[in-house]
Amino acid sequence: MDYATLLQVADSTVRLSVPLLLACLAGLYSERAGIFDIGLEGKMLMAAFTSAALAAVSGSVWIGLLAGIASSMLLAGLHGLASITFRGNQLISGVAINFLASGLTVVIAQAWFEQGGRTPSLQGAARFEPITLPLAETLQGVPVFGPLYAELISGQTALAYVGFAMVPLTWWLLFRTRFGLRLRAVGEAPEAVDTAGVSVIRMRFAAVAIAGVLCGLAGAYLATALQAGFVREMTAGRGFIALAALIFAKWRPWYALSATLLFGLLQAVALRFQNIDIGTFTVPVQFMDALPYILTVVILAGFVGKAIPPRAGGEPYVKER
Amino acid sequence: MTAPAIELNGISKAFGPVQANKDISIRVMPGTIHGIIGENGAGKSTLMSILCGFYKADAGEIFINGTLTPIPDSQAAIRAGIGMVFQHFKLVQNFSVLENIILGVEEGALLRPSLAKARKELQHLADEYELRVDPDALIQDLSVGHQQRVEILKALYRKAQILILDEPTGVLTPAEADQLFRILERLRAEGKTIILITHKLREIMHITDTVSVMRRGQMTDTVKTKDTNPQQLAEMMVGRKVLLRVDKAPAQPGANVLEVDNLRVTDDDGVDRLKGISLNVRAGEILGIAGVAGNGQSHLMQVLGGITPGTGTVLLNGQELDLTGKSSDGRSRRKRGIAHVPEDRQHEGLIMDFSAWENTVFGYDDDPAYQANALLMDNGAIRAETAAKMERFDVRPPDPQLAAKNFSGGNQQKIVLAREIERNPDLLLVGQPTRGVDIGAIEFIHKRLVELRDAGKAILLVSVELEEILSLSDRIAVMFDGQIMGERLPGETDEKELGLLMAGVREEAA
Amino acid sequence: MSKMPKWADIVLIPLINLMLAFALSALVILAIGEDPVEALILMVKGSFGSTYGWGYTLYYTTNFVFTGLAVAVAFHAALFNIGGEGQAQLGGLGVALICLYLPWPHWSLALLGAMLGAAAFGAAWAAIPAWLQAKRGSHVVITTIMFNFIAAALLNYVLVNLLRPPRAQDPSSAKFPEVTHLPTLHDILSPLGISFSKSAPANITLFLAIAACFGVWLLIWRTRFGYQLRAFGKSEPAAIYAGISPTRIIMITMLISGGLAGLMAVNNVMGEAEKLVLNATEGAGFIGIAVALMGRSHPFGVALAALLFGFLYQGGAELALWTDIPREMIVVIQALVILFTGALDNMLRMPLERVFLALRSEGK
Repeated sequence: MDYATLLQVADSTVRLSVPLLLACLAGLYSERAGIFDIGLEGKMLMAAFTSAALAAVSGSVWIGLLAGIASSMLLAGLHGLASITFRGNQLISGVAINFLASGLTVVIAQAWFEQGGRTPSLQGAARFEPITLPLAETLQGVPVFGPLYAELISGQTALAYVGFAMVPLTWWLLFRTRFGLRLRAVGEAPEAVDTAGVSVIRMRFAAVAIAGVLCGLAGAYLATALQAGFVREMTAGRGFIALAALIFAKWRPWYALSATLLFGLLQAVALRFQNIDIGTFTVPVQFMDALPYILTVVILAGFVGKAIPPRAGGEPYVKER
Repeated sequence: MTAPAIELNGISKAFGPVQANKDISIRVMPGTIHGIIGENGAGKSTLMSILCGFYKADAGEIFINGTLTPIPDSQAAIRAGIGMVFQHFKLVQNFSVLENIILGVEEGALLRPSLAKARKELQHLADEYELRVDPDALIQDLSVGHQQRVEILKALYRKAQILILDEPTGVLTPAEADQLFRILERLRAEGKTIILITHKLREIMHITDTVSVMRRGQMTDTVKTKDTNPQQLAEMMVGRKVLLRVDKAPAQPGANVLEVDNLRVTDDDGVDRLKGISLNVRAGEILGIAGVAGNGQSHLMQVLGGITPGTGTVLLNGQELDLTGKSSDGRSRRKRGIAHVPEDRQHEGLIMDFSAWENTVFGYDDDPAYQANALLMDNGAIRAETAAKMERFDVRPPDPQLAAKNFSGGNQQKIVLAREIERNPDLLLVGQPTRGVDIGAIEFIHKRLVELRDAGKAILLVSVELEEILSLSDRIAVMFDGQIMGERLPGETDEKELGLLMAGVREEAA
Repeated sequence: MSKMPKWADIVLIPLINLMLAFALSALVILAIGEDPVEALILMVKGSFGSTYGWGYTLYYTTNFVFTGLAVAVAFHAALFNIGGEGQAQLGGLGVALICLYLPWPHWSLALLGAMLGAAAFGAAWAAIPAWLQAKRGSHVVITTIMFNFIAAALLNYVLVNLLRPPRAQDPSSAKFPEVTHLPTLHDILSPLGISFSKSAPANITLFLAIAACFGVWLLIWRTRFGYQLRAFGKSEPAAIYAGISPTRIIMITMLISGGLAGLMAVNNVMGEAEKLVLNATEGAGFIGIAVALMGRSHPFGVALAALLFGFLYQGGAELALWTDIPREMIVVIQALVILFTGALDNMLRMPLERVFLALRSEGK
């Protein structure tokens, strides 16, 4: 494998990691606040569709992005209503949201664009274009670093940079601000937050809303940056890989970056090489597809360090007996 | 004359049909330590939860320093200068001490200045009150005593002038408790008002200025501590209710059925719950275990019932029982002839959503009499048997199809008793047989227990109701802090003496 | 006293929730410029208007009965098995191996063999999440989701690399031998003089599904294991008090649940496709969740709910054929049913309980 191929795989890893990362961080906010979210997939899918649809109609990717975020937040609000206000089962609510998005996107896409459940192809300003960072051309000639800078670091889309910037931002927000302190507390010991005079319900809704925004970004990235338009089921299980990455990352932002880059790499390798020959033995591409899930089960089983979820996760907060 | 720091006026609170607080009024003067004493479930914690805004009262007024101060939520309580140390700490386990301290009262959007300020303030409080804790330690790494200090620091950091402590010594070693009392005295000297909720007479006498007694959701009396004594308080606490007389002949004890030697239980958190219990129960006698709830009686019942593992030796009719839990469980205990009426009827003794007939075979469902064939249970036979049992035990309504949750507490208990007693066990473990049970059913249940005794069975009775222990038992053992404080014969003791033993006070100290 | 009469709990609430789901679905149909009433008529005609329609409706119903029962059995033990999809896919693999590699003399014996294979493979796929839940405390919901994806990858590998006949293009197994083909409703009913569509896929497995409903009913309410399973599901501390082992209940319940999900493959793989294809389950495993919620986890309710969803699926296919409403409309309805009967249950329950309490106190 030469350096150019390596760079291509790295570049593809980065591109494929971005939606996983955004969705994983979305789950991180929600679950850190004690609300399980298996509806990441649905929110992403919904955002992918609305962002592509609005971008196609308006010709502006930014309007598409806003619409994508709004639709994802709507589903997040539904999840909040079911699991916070009505103290319903958070898992069942997530399942419902996934199906709702899966069905609605195709039904509306078909009625709107009549292209078999897809949106028209996005072109020009309706799509996020790669951003060329300064000096990318100048440094091209520098050995090793030049191509790395030009091909990998430069030339990603705006949302990719946003995604990676979200990692330190999330870390900072969670561990350095009042909001983060309360958010983490509400997922660990809501009664401590309540007796400290802070509204548990409001904190949890805030977390769920942030998850909505981030899933919106992830979906918009899929449809308007990674691809040029929406196709049915285009999230293809990424919401669940993100969920797996979240467990893998033990609900921590920097670990989330590593986990999603790892899972992105697995996808990139599977995409590029199909079956991988290791001497006499061939690793089938399907194994690469399944690896994130297998790794997560191993982690969950506690064989490789224990993944301890936020203590109050999944439980509606009931004060009075 | 200075206004009282706290004045409660006609506070009432109900949880569904249960009236936890009924028309409670109380005044506490500033700079004093006021004790509130009462049995478990008397409504002490509920009252204080109302005062600190955790629960909302259904009726009544709260005055703080003479001003009417509604306390609808925790925020209002904090503003009014009220701090509470709950029995179950409200701490975030994987946060540092500092983070727990500032939660909810951060200085601004960023944590750094708040943490710096709290660190300084903590140093200051530590110097002033000897409340020392490592500010950067995680709560989960601290001992219970230190966690409690964090709760007190939390309140002081919020500038609390009124500090409420709910059963603060229940989780402390005697040395830790003494330390706590020194801190409380220092706080009082600073002019702070302290309310101490406890059921331990020794603490009340030791530290409080005034004391209120609560019983069954009502405030019975408030007195100056120096004008009273433990005997009088014990009397007020237990109350002078109508003594339900149980007609029973003197026991005719036979051979030992249960012999327990050096029984120890350590719970999942590593706390020693039973610290070497030794006792015996003979055929045809009732051994009553008196004690304040939480002193190991539950663990005694559970380890004998095969639910929790323990160490030591337990012989049933001379045969050793497995205590490891490896080759025993509730079912195997039943097969050996131990029936068990658990303390927690609603979560253990019954499946509330199951019908009465399903509940009457719970734990005995493998009895061949209940199987129609190799595959199916004989539900018809079970229903018929249940109907007969309900008749015999006077369960009302006598409808085997009705779900357990739809019976009153007394009738629920009769269903459990019918199930356990009619198996004709050698030993009956029975916990809190009349908790939440109406007067009529109490009489019936007591009669059945005595009948079982007269049939030559051994009964181990655990109850927090002293009167029940006194009227039913042939011998009484008092438990305190996982140990047996002493054994008495009911004819040769009284509530006062037992009350003191239950509070951990031995004769020589009283 | 209970807060609500029993009929309100098992009939009124599901019915209102269903109405809400349908009303919202109608709004969606209106919003995309179609007529919901016309759509409904078309769906009813398409699924019940001919033996062909019935044949498809009952075929789908059969699938959903199995996956619905799988979820329902686990629900009774307070376990949420989202892994029906993966378990049913593995069941398909079991059926394929049995049909392809064993020489069967008659379809009836092949059916027995296939049932065993389907149930065994489905149960095996549920066994690992069950063991992890019982022994390691890993949440069965998350692990079964993961196992769905692992199952999809595994099936993909097996079909592409192992079962695909040489020179074939599609990732599917060879056609099963003629002798393993199951009698369809047409074959069963024509000797009785009833004519039934020849091309509809409903087959003898339908009767298996009915038997399974009865079997699950017996298991849950008449056997000792079912009794213990329900006790564990209602209260774990009580179960431990009685000496019921949580590990044993979790393992056996999940094996039964996985086995039921796997049995679905007898219908779709052996009865319909007569070969193993990629994604043979087409989401039926997930529909089981909606069916179990809708059917209140009672086999009779599951059967009714499965019929409802069978109708929706066949009707939805007809809609896609004759109108501009795509098949995915069914997924929307399914989502709304799960949402209202599952996640938002309290939304309706709380006010209704208050109404009934008020009515009762007035009646006194």
